[in-house]
Amino acid sequence: MPKGYITVDAQRCKGCALCIEFCPKKVIVASRDLNSAGYYSAELVNADGKGGCTGCAICGLVCPEVVIEVFRDDD
Amino acid sequence: MTTTEPKIEKRLMRGNDAVCEAAIRAGCRAYFGYPITPQNEMCEYMARNVHRMDRGVFIQSESEIAAINMVLGASVSGARVMTSSSSPGMSLKQEGISFLAAMELPAVIVNVVRGGPGLGNIAPAQSDYFQATRGGGHGDYRTIVLGAGSVQELYDLTIEAFDLADVYRTPVLVLSDGMLGQMMEPVIFGKEPRKDLPVKDWVLTGCAGRDSRFIRSLLLDVNVEEAHNWKLFRKYHQIERREVRCETYRTEDAKIVVVAYGTSARIAHGAVKRAREQGLAVGLIRPITLWPFPKEILRETAKHVKHFFVFEMSMGQMVEDVRLALNGAAEVHFYGRPGGVIVTPAELLRIVARQYHQIERGAAR
Amino acid sequence: MSRQVFGRPRSLKPAVFHYCPGCGHSLIHRLTCEVIDELGIRERTIGVPPAGCAVLAYFYFDVDMTEAPHGRGAAVATGIKRLQPDRIVFSYQGDGDLAAIGTAETIHAANRGERITIIFVNNACYGMTGGQMAPTSLIGMKTTTTPGGRDPLAHGAPIRMCELLKVFDGVAYLERTAVDTPKNIRRTKKAIRRAFQAQMEGRGFSMVEILSPCPTNWKKTSVEAVHWIGEVMSKQFPLGLVKDFADGGVSSGACGPNEPASPTAAGGGSSDAD
Repeated sequence: MPKGYITVDAQRCKGCALCIEFCPKKVIVASRDLNSAGYYSAELVNADGKGGCTGCAICGLVCPEVVIEVFRDDD
Repeated sequence: MTTTEPKIEKRLMRGNDAVCEAAIRAGCRAYFGYPITPQNEMCEYMARNVHRMDRGVFIQSESEIAAINMVLGASVSGARVMTSSSSPGMSLKQEGISFLAAMELPAVIVNVVRGGPGLGNIAPAQSDYFQATRGGGHGDYRTIVLGAGSVQELYDLTIEAFDLADVYRTPVLVLSDGMLGQMMEPVIFGKEPRKDLPVKDWVLTGCAGRDSRFIRSLLLDVNVEEAHNWKLFRKYHQIERREVRCETYRTEDAKIVVVAYGTSARIAHGAVKRAREQGLAVGLIRPITLWPFPKEILRETAKHVKHFFVFEMSMGQMVEDVRLALNGAAEVHFYGRPGGVIVTPAELLRIVARQYHQIERGAAR
Repeated sequence: MSRQVFGRPRSLKPAVFHYCPGCGHSLIHRLTCEVIDELGIRERTIGVPPAGCAVLAYFYFDVDMTEAPHGRGAAVATGIKRLQPDRIVFSYQGDGDLAAIGTAETIHAANRGERITIIFVNNACYGMTGGQMAPTSLIGMKTTTTPGGRDPLAHGAPIRMCELLKVFDGVAYLERTAVDTPKNIRRTKKAIRRAFQAQMEGRGFSMVEILSPCPTNWKKTSVEAVHWIGEVMSKQFPLGLVKDFADGGVSSGACGPNEPASPTAAGGGSSDAD
C-alpha cells in the first residue's frame, strides 16, 4: 500500500469540503477552528500527516482552491 | 537625356472605394464588415483586395456587432484594422467603440451616414454627428471624428485616420455620407502615411520572453476608474491641442460666416461663392475634425464676425457645438434639412441671403 | 523519501480566487492551466475572459488576455486568431455569455470553422448577477427571474449548445463534461486537452461544455451542488463526446487563417490594383 501525505494551506481553504467528500480513505476532516477568512478549513486526520493517506491526490484533484499539495512516499 | 517625373497615380473613384484603397495603402491588415446601404461597396472592395493586404484578413461578419468585436481582437494583436457601416449599423457598434476607447485600442471606423432615425433611408445625411462626437456609446470618452468633404478627402483622411489611431491609441471615426460614398471624383494617391509611429509595446501576442499581460476596461475600484478617466482625458486634451483641422473661405471681411462640414460644406461653398458674386460679404468655416472641434477658429472669427449661419443635413447637431464654442460672442442661425434632402447651392444662397438682409436691416435701425 | 505528486500548475498565478467555495471556475481554471503547461503553449496562448464571474480570469491565467464585451468572446477570439494564426486562442465563457447574448457570434464562429477553442462553463444560471435564469436553466428551476420555476411555455426549454453546434461543418470537436466527481474532472481535463489539440492541428472550431457547480446561486452546499450535477443536471445535458473529426481529419468547413490566397479564388477576377 503506498503511503503519502498532504499539506493544506489552511488560510486559503474555503471549507467547501469536497476533498472530505471524495477522499477514498476518509482521512480528511474539517478543522474545529475557523481560519482567518471564516471558513472551517480541511486537514488530515492525523496531525503528524501519517497514517491512512495513500497520496492518491483525489483531494488535490477536486480542490477548487489549489490549496492541497500531495506527496507520495517512494518505497 | 530626359528625366521622367515620378508618375503620380490618379484614378477616378467612388467615395466608398477611395476609403478602402486608402486603408490598403495605409497598411490595413484586416477588415470586418457587414452589408448595409450605402456602404456595401466597401465590403466588396475589401473582399476583392484582401490579397493586397499583408497577410490580409477579410470577414463578412454576422452582424455589425460581431464586426466591431473582431476589430477589437485584431487591434489587440497589433494590426491596423478597419470596419465600416452606415447609421443603424453604427448604433450597433457603440458598445464596442466604448470598449475600444476605454482599452485604448487603435481602429478605424467608417460611417457612411444615411437618413434616420430608425431604418430611415439610404440618402445622405448628417444626423449622426451627436453619435460620432459625443462618444456615442456609454461612458466618458471621445473618438477623433474626421468629416470628409470630397472623395479626395475621404482618401487622405482615411490614411490619416490610421496614423492618428496608432499615435493616440484610440478609435478614429471617418464620417462619410450616402452621397460622398457613391459619387465619383478623381483621387490622387499622394498622401504618405506617417513614419514616426510609436512602437506597439502593449500588444497581446503571447508572453514569450516577457511577463504575460492583459488589456481590460473593468476597473471596479472607483479611484482607479477615476484615474483612468483622467488619463483618457489628458490624452483627449492633447489631441484637442494638436489635431484640429479646419478650412476657412473668405472669412476675413465677412459679415456672416456659414459653418458646415462634409457635403453641406460643398453646397455652402457654392452658395458663398455666388453670394460674393452678388456682393454679399459671406464666408465659410468648414470643420474637418468634428472632434476635436475647431473652437478657437470660431472664437477668433467671432472677434470681427457677429453672425454665424450653421447649415447641416440634419435637425441641428453641430450647431450646438458652434453655440458652445461661441458662448454668446455672436449670434448663431441655423438651417437644416433632414431625411436626405439635398439643397442646391442656389437654394442655400437664397436662405442665407434672406438672413443676411435681415441682419443688414436690423443693423440699419 | 517522498515526492510531490500534485501542486499548482505553472500557468496558474498564485492569486487567491475570488470565486465562491466550491465554484467550478476555480477547478476549470486549474485544469485549463494544467493542459496549457502539458502542451507547452503558455507563451503563445491568448485568452478571452467573459463578462460574468470569470471576468477577472486574467488575475489567474498567466497568459496574455483581453477583455471582450459580454457575449462577444467568439468574435474577439476570431479577430485575434485570424491575425495571429500561429497562436493558440481560447475564449472562456459562461452560459449566459455564450448561449444568450453571444449566440450569434458563437454559432457563426463555429460555422466558419474558426480555429479557436471555447471553454464553455455551464452552471445553469447567471452567476455574477445573482442567479437569474439562463438559457441552460432547467425546467422547474427556481431562479431570481423565474421565482415560480422555469416554465417552458413562458421561458422556453434549456438549450443544449453542443447539440446545436454539432451540425456545423466548421466544428471539429465538441464534448460535454462535468466537474462533479474525480472521474469527471479527469475527463474534463482530457477534453480540454483534445480541444486545444484540435486547434493546434488546425482542424477547426473546438468547444468543451463543462457542467459546473454554482453552490451560491443554487442555494446548495458544495457537496450538494456536485451531487445535483450528477443526479439532475447531467440528465438534461448528457455527458460525452458530441462531435470529433477523428484521426486528425480537418472538418470540412475549417477555414484558413487568411482566406483566400488568390484573387481568382476571391471570386472576382482581377483586383482593383490595376
